[in-house]
Amino acid sequence: MKVEQISVFLENKPGPLTEVTRILGEAGVNIRALSLADTKDFGILRLIVNDNEKARAVLGAKGFTVRKTEVVAVEVPDRPGGLADILKILSEATVNVEYLYAFVQQSGSNAIIIFRFDETDRAIEVLSKKQVKILEGKKVYAL
Amino acid sequence: MIWDEEFETLPREALEALQLKRLTATAERVYATVPFYKKKFDEFGVKPSDIKSLKDLRRLPFTTKLDLRDSYPFGLFAVPMEQVVRIHASSGTTGKQTVVGYTRRDINNWAELMARSLAAAGSHKNDIIHNAYGYGLFTGGLGVHYGAERLGASVIPISGGNSKRQIIIMQDFGSTVLTCTPSYALFLAETAEEMGVDFKKLKLRVGIFGAEPWSEKMRDEIERKLNIQAIDIYGLSEVMGPGVSIECLEAKQGLHIFEDHFIPEIINPQTGEVLPHGEKGELVFTTITKEAFPLIRYRTRDISVLYPQPCKCGRTHMRMERVSGRSDDMLIIRGVNVFPSQIESVLMNIEGVEPHYLLIVDRQGTLDTLDVHVEVNEKVFSDEVKNLQSLGRKIEKEIKDLLGVNAGVKLVEPKTLQRSEGKAQRVIDKRKI
Repeated sequence: MKVEQISVFLENKPGPLTEVTRILGEAGVNIRALSLADTKDFGILRLIVNDNEKARAVLGAKGFTVRKTEVVAVEVPDRPGGLADILKILSEATVNVEYLYAFVQQSGSNAIIIFRFDETDRAIEVLSKKQVKILEGKKVYAL
Repeated sequence: MIWDEEFETLPREALEALQLKRLTATAERVYATVPFYKKKFDEFGVKPSDIKSLKDLRRLPFTTKLDLRDSYPFGLFAVPMEQVVRIHASSGTTGKQTVVGYTRRDINNWAELMARSLAAAGSHKNDIIHNAYGYGLFTGGLGVHYGAERLGASVIPISGGNSKRQIIIMQDFGSTVLTCTPSYALFLAETAEEMGVDFKKLKLRVGIFGAEPWSEKMRDEIERKLNIQAIDIYGLSEVMGPGVSIECLEAKQGLHIFEDHFIPEIINPQTGEVLPHGEKGELVFTTITKEAFPLIRYRTRDISVLYPQPCKCGRTHMRMERVSGRSDDMLIIRGVNVFPSQIESVLMNIEGVEPHYLLIVDRQGTLDTLDVHVEVNEKVFSDEVKNLQSLGRKIEKEIKDLLGVNAGVKLVEPKTLQRSEGKAQRVIDKRKI
């Protein structure tokens, strides 16, 4: 039920983001979704790609610090209030969302949102009980 | 003004005879009372009785900061603790402090030498001395304080910090002499400007600045902004504290070393060879009157030149050039001694952090800044911003706790910093002083 995400540490200077995307492109790795968290001094690029192992290997070889994290891909009804309903379920169960970002493609008529929780397993349990649809990793990488 | 006419203007011949007498006595005493010196002298195959002339000083072994650290805390004291009336300390190379002790007579001599220093800078008993050196383990505050009292001046023991109050007190109390680090003097100038206080309207006449390297350019700036005469003072806690040497107001060219208490040498820092006067090298001091903490040929790591030429002020004591650098990697940041190895040990004590770092020292306005670049490896990297930020804050706090300096940590990509094979550049000092 979990999706693997890779994160890359970026210094806050011109160049690294171009470099990361170029390396992935040359290795034939396709980026499925991404989010960039930035602070005054550094950035963290989070990626869902079609080939995690390859992405880690090529970026690591070029000296980037890469880390694998488990996130959850949730199908969210593509209508007003769709995301709010899901967040309500989570907040009622006091599950913390560390961050989230949207997937580019849709799954049928639903949007896909990537969630990073502090307690991933409990989040999955809470959402599943409420019949919220969670996507398998395999399906997400292939979208 | 010359405080101690007799000793400060002693003819060279008499001065050197006095030095020899005191040197021999010191060598005999340390050989008899401090096991460290006995062992070292024996290893060198030299006995105190071998010292027949001042030239024989070079037959004695050097003492280094490492020796002081290895004897932590009181191993090099030459008197029983019951005779020690004061203890000071300064930072060492690995976080351990360098501890020094003083007998009642040492404190008395120090006060005399500081009184000489203040007088050489043009200060006298009618002065109000605004002492903004830190009071505490650091020798600056109490060193100047005792000298000012000995001189008979009125001393304001204000210590460092709280700059607005410093300006108000200077204004209200009519301070005439300021003692602090040169960079703090410039900071006070800025503070006064912000407060709309004009130094020209204050009674301040002289400033005596030390504890960190500065330049003629900084002197001009301080003299202009504070409307005072700026005098350079030198000292280090190992040798005594402030008052080892000072410029005279008459010449403001080189610092007179109080040679009836300290014998200076200049050596080649690589070979240890003694260099002739006029050549640049590392300053070495032998103390010849200290009781509690005598030092034989202590390597200061400060780079200077000795000038034996007579001075127009009438003092016969040799002058040293303003310290122009270090023969080791010690940095002085806002008056605090910082060794890169201390930062390294902080990093190594934090789980997952590798000791690949770069220190960038700069001066913003008048105050020194220290930025520490630390590489982010997979062990400490997180996909969450808050985790990385708290890592940075933790490193900053550890540095502050251990070294007492405020550092800013910048996380950088791995392998962007040079590795330690060969001579990695660990420090970039951008300060233009």
